[in-house]
Amino acid sequence: MESIPLPIRLTLYKLLVELRYCEKRAHDLFLQNLVKGTSHLALGQEAIAAGFGLAMEKGDYTFCTYRGHHHTLARGAPMCGVLGELMGRQCGLLAGKGGSMHLTSVKHGVMGSYAIVGGHLPIAVGAAWSAQYRGSRQAAVAFFGDGTTNIGAFHEALNLAAVWKLPAIFVCENNLYMEYTPIRNVTAVEHPAADRAASYGLPAIVVDGNDVDAVYLAAGAALARARAGDGPSLIECKTYRHSGHSRADPAKYRPAAEVESWLERDPLPTYRARLLAHGVPESNLTNIERDVLAEVDRATEAAKASPPPAIESAFTDVWADGGAQWRN
Amino acid sequence: MAELSYRDAVAAGIAQEMARDERVVFLGEDIGAAGGVFKTTVGLLDRFGPRRVRDTPISELAILGAAMGAAMTGLRPIAEIMFSDFLACCWDYVANEISKTRYMTNGQFTMPLVIRTANGAGSRFGAQHSQSVENWAMAIPGIKVVAPATPADVKGLLAAAIRDPDPVLFFEHKSLYSLKGEVPDGEHVEALGRAKVLRRGDDITIVALAAMVPRALQAADILQAQHGISATVIDLRSLVPLDTQTLLAEVTRTGRLFTVEENPRLCGWGAEISSIVTEECFFDLDQPVVRISTPHIPIPAADALEDAVIPSTARIVTEVLRAVDFRPGAARGI
Ligand SMILES: Cc1ncc(C[n+]2csc(CCOP(=O)(O)OP(=O)(O)O)c2C)c(N)n1
Ligand SMILES: [Mg+2]
Repeated sequence: MESIPLPIRLTLYKLLVELRYCEKRAHDLFLQNLVKGTSHLALGQEAIAAGFGLAMEKGDYTFCTYRGHHHTLARGAPMCGVLGELMGRQCGLLAGKGGSMHLTSVKHGVMGSYAIVGGHLPIAVGAAWSAQYRGSRQAAVAFFGDGTTNIGAFHEALNLAAVWKLPAIFVCENNLYMEYTPIRNVTAVEHPAADRAASYGLPAIVVDGNDVDAVYLAAGAALARARAGDGPSLIECKTYRHSGHSRADPAKYRPAAEVESWLERDPLPTYRARLLAHGVPESNLTNIERDVLAEVDRATEAAKASPPPAIESAFTDVWADGGAQWRN
Repeated sequence: MAELSYRDAVAAGIAQEMARDERVVFLGEDIGAAGGVFKTTVGLLDRFGPRRVRDTPISELAILGAAMGAAMTGLRPIAEIMFSDFLACCWDYVANEISKTRYMTNGQFTMPLVIRTANGAGSRFGAQHSQSVENWAMAIPGIKVVAPATPADVKGLLAAAIRDPDPVLFFEHKSLYSLKGEVPDGEHVEALGRAKVLRRGDDITIVALAAMVPRALQAADILQAQHGISATVIDLRSLVPLDTQTLLAEVTRTGRLFTVEENPRLCGWGAEISSIVTEECFFDLDQPVVRISTPHIPIPAADALEDAVIPSTARIVTEVLRAVDFRPGAARGI
């Protein structure tokens, strides 16, 4: 891991802290009944978003699932926009029209969070096709869960991306569970993503998804391959979610020992320890933590102060002319 | 004016738009080298090359998903779904993704794409290759729904659909592919969302779509020649947007409305039209609105059965006569 320069590693750490603190805040706001609807936290899975978020370039495309707060933030979308959207406020990234499961910020390259399992994979293929057609050097990166590897769209997307040699990167966040069912109970192979790669002529890649350095390096390699015109990649990142599937789930179905062992591999403290071991002064890290907390606090206050969206906005932007007319 | 078949008008419309706009790309199963299973896309691969005319695997999800991703990132894709029945295999994209993403993201995306598909009965293909599913589509906010009845409209409305910044589901009727008609020379683009009054009469209004249009016209001729009933015939051309002004004007004038729908009965497009008419010009009506539709059954395969269930010219005439109880020479409105 010596190949990653220190400033990048500090940026990775800062990203991890941002994603963790903001996601925890989302949970707190939910407990205060300020976050409405559902939400799917990525606590424990931040290293995948941070590693890719930093490795990607400005024009690259992110496509993620309903569990997408971390990916949205990792591309630079503002915290107030994320928290505000969860709270149904005007300042939300979607001004309250999408909610937690649909975070999008096109100007940050976040091309949407999709709530139909697997639905976004063919869409990412289309964005990669468009990049290839325009000769733009952009790559499209799609994040999804282990459960998604058993839906048809996953296989259709991979095959088409491989046949057309598209600059698409498929990143499976294997957190071992679909909603409540262990992935191994319902999947014919051990590695739900990597063991399928051969079907599409792709190498099997398994990465420790809790090691942000490892993810960052794997992301860089896949992005280079995409930009070189060598086609798609499929990367399986092994990880674990710290909370339940969604806001209402206490995750009682997971054995205590399993949870325990994964908490020991929490990507934040392990990375912090690694940086300290490499001689980074602790004060550098506590400064980062203090600054991020202040930023999360500011974003929270701004979101709380933001009004609910105007009712008229429910009738805008069905169509490109800005309206909702279906008849004359 | 040149005479073109409805089939050839498809390729003509696509070619016209691909020639003027580099962003227009085309994908689907067997559309390139094979020229389409209905031969609607012959010559496009030769003219525009495999970069812009792309044969796909049998992956309806990937076809519509890729079209959507391309539309969100600067292209103007045309996606072919071979038979409209197969839309059920990729309905997620129609119902959940393509139609909702602009709205959900508060207008961060536009979605300029066209889904072309062969719709409708008449080929004795049975219940999974013969449906008219335009009413599925019009139930979804966020996607436009167009269904041409003539070669000129195929070219002109397809061009308009490709240029439109919103997604359009474009239903070609497979039993019309061999129909010939005049198509204007040079660039031809129609406006979306305008119904066309094909003939004007004083006694009744018949509104129809796609393959039901020629039948409505024939029925109007028979009603005039044999029964002295003078009918307006409207080709709706587009269900979303819906040209209610043209419709309401004719219904107000004639006082009697008949819809001719190939979709199955329940929640067919005629039900919406009937609702609009009763809400907005009830006191101009001289009789209840009459819906002439395919019954609420799957489409049978045998020619005798298929012909019996799809609204025919004869059935339109019979239904009109039964409803109007028309006496030659009598004044309207009795
Ligand atoms: C097509 C579809 N089927 C079912 C669901 C309900 N659902 C939402 S999330 C989920 C589990 C997905 O598991 P996985 O892909 O592993 O992602 P994770 O939630 O673990 O990140 C299910 C079944 C859905 N949203 N879409
Ligand atoms: Mg999972």
